[in-house]
Amino acid sequence: MSVPDLLNHVLHTDLPRSVQIFAPELVLCGTIIALLLVRMFDAHRWFPTSWVALLGTLAAFVGVFAQFMYMKTGGEHESLKGMFHFWGLTADGVGTSGPYFTGLLTHDSFGVFFRIGLLLFLILIEALTILTGIPDQDDGQDFYTLLIGSTLGMLMACGVNNLLMLFVAIEMMSVPSYVMVGFLKGRKLSSEAAFKYVVYGAGIAGVMLYGVSLLSGVLGTLAFPELGSRFALLMGDSAFSLSNPTAVATILGIMLVLVGVAFKLSLVPFHFWCPDAFEGASAEVAGFLSVASKAGAFALLIRFALAFQGTSPAVQTLCLVFGLALGVVSCLSMTFGNLAAYTQTNLKRLLAYSTIAHAGYMVMAVAAMMVILSGSGDRNMAAACVSGLIYYIAVYLFMNLTAFAVVAFIRNETFREDIESYNGLATGGAVTKIISVCLLIAFVSLVGLPPLAGFFGKFAIFSSAFRAGSVHWFLWVVLGLGGLNTVFSLFYYLRVLRAVFILPPADETKTVELPSMVGAYVVLITLPILALGMTSFMGDLDATAVDVARQLFHI
Amino acid sequence: MEPFALLSLIIFLPTLGAIGLTVFDKKAEESMRMFALAITAATFGLTLFLLGQFDIAQGGMQLQVNIPWVPTWNINYQLGVDGISMPLVLLTSLISMLGMMASWSIKEKVRGYLILFLLLETGMLGVFMSLDFFLFYVFWEVMLLPMYFLIGVWGGPRREYAAIKFFLYTLAGSVLMLIAMLMLYFGSGESTLTGGQNIFDLLKLGEIAKAGEFSSGTQVVAFILLFIGFAIKLPAFPFHTWLPDAHVEAPTPISMILAGVLLKMGGYGIIRIAMPICPYGAQYAAYALVALGVFSIIYGAFAAMAQTDFKRLVAYSSVSHMGYVLIGMAVWKINEATGATVNPNHWQMGMAGAMFQMLGHGISSAGMFFMVGVLYDRVHHRDLNKFGGIMQKMPFYSGLAVVIFFAGLGLPGLCGFIGEVFVVLSTWNFSPLLAVIAASGVILTAGYILWTIQRVYLGPEYKGPHPEDLTPINGRETAIALVLVVFAVLMGVFPYQMGLKMMTPSIENLTQSMSTGYETVHEAGSEIISMSQP
Repeated sequence: MSVPDLLNHVLHTDLPRSVQIFAPELVLCGTIIALLLVRMFDAHRWFPTSWVALLGTLAAFVGVFAQFMYMKTGGEHESLKGMFHFWGLTADGVGTSGPYFTGLLTHDSFGVFFRIGLLLFLILIEALTILTGIPDQDDGQDFYTLLIGSTLGMLMACGVNNLLMLFVAIEMMSVPSYVMVGFLKGRKLSSEAAFKYVVYGAGIAGVMLYGVSLLSGVLGTLAFPELGSRFALLMGDSAFSLSNPTAVATILGIMLVLVGVAFKLSLVPFHFWCPDAFEGASAEVAGFLSVASKAGAFALLIRFALAFQGTSPAVQTLCLVFGLALGVVSCLSMTFGNLAAYTQTNLKRLLAYSTIAHAGYMVMAVAAMMVILSGSGDRNMAAACVSGLIYYIAVYLFMNLTAFAVVAFIRNETFREDIESYNGLATGGAVTKIISVCLLIAFVSLVGLPPLAGFFGKFAIFSSAFRAGSVHWFLWVVLGLGGLNTVFSLFYYLRVLRAVFILPPADETKTVELPSMVGAYVVLITLPILALGMTSFMGDLDATAVDVARQLFHI
Repeated sequence: MEPFALLSLIIFLPTLGAIGLTVFDKKAEESMRMFALAITAATFGLTLFLLGQFDIAQGGMQLQVNIPWVPTWNINYQLGVDGISMPLVLLTSLISMLGMMASWSIKEKVRGYLILFLLLETGMLGVFMSLDFFLFYVFWEVMLLPMYFLIGVWGGPRREYAAIKFFLYTLAGSVLMLIAMLMLYFGSGESTLTGGQNIFDLLKLGEIAKAGEFSSGTQVVAFILLFIGFAIKLPAFPFHTWLPDAHVEAPTPISMILAGVLLKMGGYGIIRIAMPICPYGAQYAAYALVALGVFSIIYGAFAAMAQTDFKRLVAYSSVSHMGYVLIGMAVWKINEATGATVNPNHWQMGMAGAMFQMLGHGISSAGMFFMVGVLYDRVHHRDLNKFGGIMQKMPFYSGLAVVIFFAGLGLPGLCGFIGEVFVVLSTWNFSPLLAVIAASGVILTAGYILWTIQRVYLGPEYKGPHPEDLTPINGRETAIALVLVVFAVLMGVFPYQMGLKMMTPSIENLTQSMSTGYETVHEAGSEIISMSQP
């Protein structure tokens, strides 16, 4: 292909398609600029920056939603025609899945689904910050710029198709979050947490970059779709063993890249930043980090893992090793997270360890997927792993958001975050009673008890681990540990609930009163936990998750 | 009424009641209690109506409901009743109503208590009616949280310890059940009967087992996992240690529910899920189950004898009595060579005995806990050595209490007798040695119950604190006690009409299906052996 042809292709075919797909992200970029402009012209006194951010995010959300509906219906949906037209969606653009931006990112309904989830979460977090009043009026533009910037990184992570973009996406989501953790200026704990986080993150970035260069050096490409086939080509007929330099270098590269992903997922042993950062950051930021960055990183991990698939024996062994390694990490994270949570006295720290444990549960699904792909290669079964993970993440969004929102609201009233300050919370006013019940629902769902949504997510993940166990027995060990950990985890969640419902308040005369808007917000984000656990919405979400996962595997 | 509407209404009427309770004024505790009582009474009425629709002569599942819930996983909202679940549904709604009547003794945080009580009832009824394994599991777990708070908030001094112990034990069992559920779910996909679909339908899973399409290994492992899960609830030795704590610390009405209904779920789970789906596993473990049951009887009786706390004594008596349930279900003797069941009539008798023992124990143990509660409400202690002479102070109450305790003892003519005698008789066919030991448990039972009656009700005078508070029982308490006594007598005098008639056809179906299932797997196994031996 000659240079003019290439340029033509890029400018007339690739660019319009890419911009069409990337439009919601561009809207977010526009929102950031608008935020800064509003502050520059002092317009934030009559139009708060939080509303600018919220409106921009809503617009982006509608954009991604239109893309999703377009892909689902093939653009035939009558009542949404106007919306499709407004976003300029075409069959060649959004309608076709495949790489865009010359292969740096890829577009399919899996990515779009994750982007919907992330933007929905961003909207909810922004609504939360409006209700809690963190940040204050003068800091709004900085905070929302960072928040949206970090989300942009996560949105890119959902479509990563190139090792370079993998690095860029992870850094894009990390760097703003360092600042957000330290956003509570003047609090020593906050600055300390941010400092720890940034030092750790910088170290990890270096390690990951080394992994990326190693992989690209060995395999001679950065593009995900070619990694597996290049590896198979290089290995040829030679067996996969640790005396083979190609195999060793590839494994090392993968491991180093995984270090970066594990850092974002706060998996043991790369979790050390997580409790400190959560304790130092405000509850809103901690909630954002615990859900959003996890969702983005999981999308990325799945794409990275799927880059190494193929039919040759060497690739399959690589898949198995990859899967088993993730299985080991899953065991460690679940067990460590749950055991370490026992002794915590600060609720945010407790939730941080709970986040670590839940990352362990979730990575079990990816481990199961890789193990299944290494064996029978039954793509339906592998897709079931991904759909289970999607369900879990969707539910996890609401569970953790509820927990952190309650922490934030209670902090605004009592100025404390230790578990002791929750004693007798349920004896407070009507709204306090309601949010106590919401906290109960969120926590019980985090344990994974039916009829709440957390159970079905866990059930789906456990069942994928069970099926992967027939390929390699180790996944049965992981499953057993997962079950055991469910029992472990009950104890510390109940400790909080015991404080809220059973123990008497420290001061009978001072009960906690909350405004009714707070109650409405918490109930709104708790309802999905109930709906996704006992109504037919379960079936709808799961069917969508299965569709999305199947697209990922081209079934 | 349509089965869907009727069964759903029975299960969810208490939930609707719980929602309704939230609109009451904070001060209107009395009307909240009356409302909740009306809800439980209405639920009881509905279950009686259900009995009217139920055809006793049929052995199969009746009034079935089947609506897709999560189609991607083949999870259905599937309900129905047969001769095994119907009596337990009635027992549940009856004991719930009586427990609600006994709840006037709860004075603090009344609204929360009533809401949790009603949610608990939904869970219990759901367990007995669901025919989908997933749905069963959901209802099974729904009960945990209300129970945790009912013990943890309204219980005795060591309530928090008891509540978390109960929760942890049951959850551990549930996790094992979950793994067994996954095994059976994915195992069902390999059967020809389902057309490659994975299913949770308990009836279909039973058919697969009947056709011998679950491998012997799967059946053994799944049975053991399921059995441990249910044995914790039953409870059988060595999984029983949560029970004395939970029963002692729980408030009286909750003790009644725990002993009267929750323990039956363990037995029901074994008879509804573990045995029909894993007949090979059940037969594999049969001797161990019977031995475990016999040990539970003797162990529970001795432990009960050693107690000085009245409630703890009753709690250990439950361990002892539930041993009979375990034995009765497991006395399944086969011919080792052919795999055919030897004397199926004896096994059916044992099953019927186990089922009847569950019903009888539901009445007598709930009654015993209630009787203890009546005394505790008055004198606020439960030390057996500080009672005596209650017969003179409260003659009417003592008369009723003695009848209930004799029912627990297993006196002929009362509800405890039939179950025990059926079980012991059928055990003789299975293993004379174990039958002798089980029968001797009756003597121990008589020992601790008579000794208790002597220490509490007889004797010259009351030795404990607050003698002035020993007032005669009031009308509400009399009503509860009388209902229980009437049922104890009726079930003792008319065992056939009061339960056996309803159960027999279903039990016959169950035993036949299990025998067929075992034989098929057995034959397949012996063929493999004969092929490998040239």
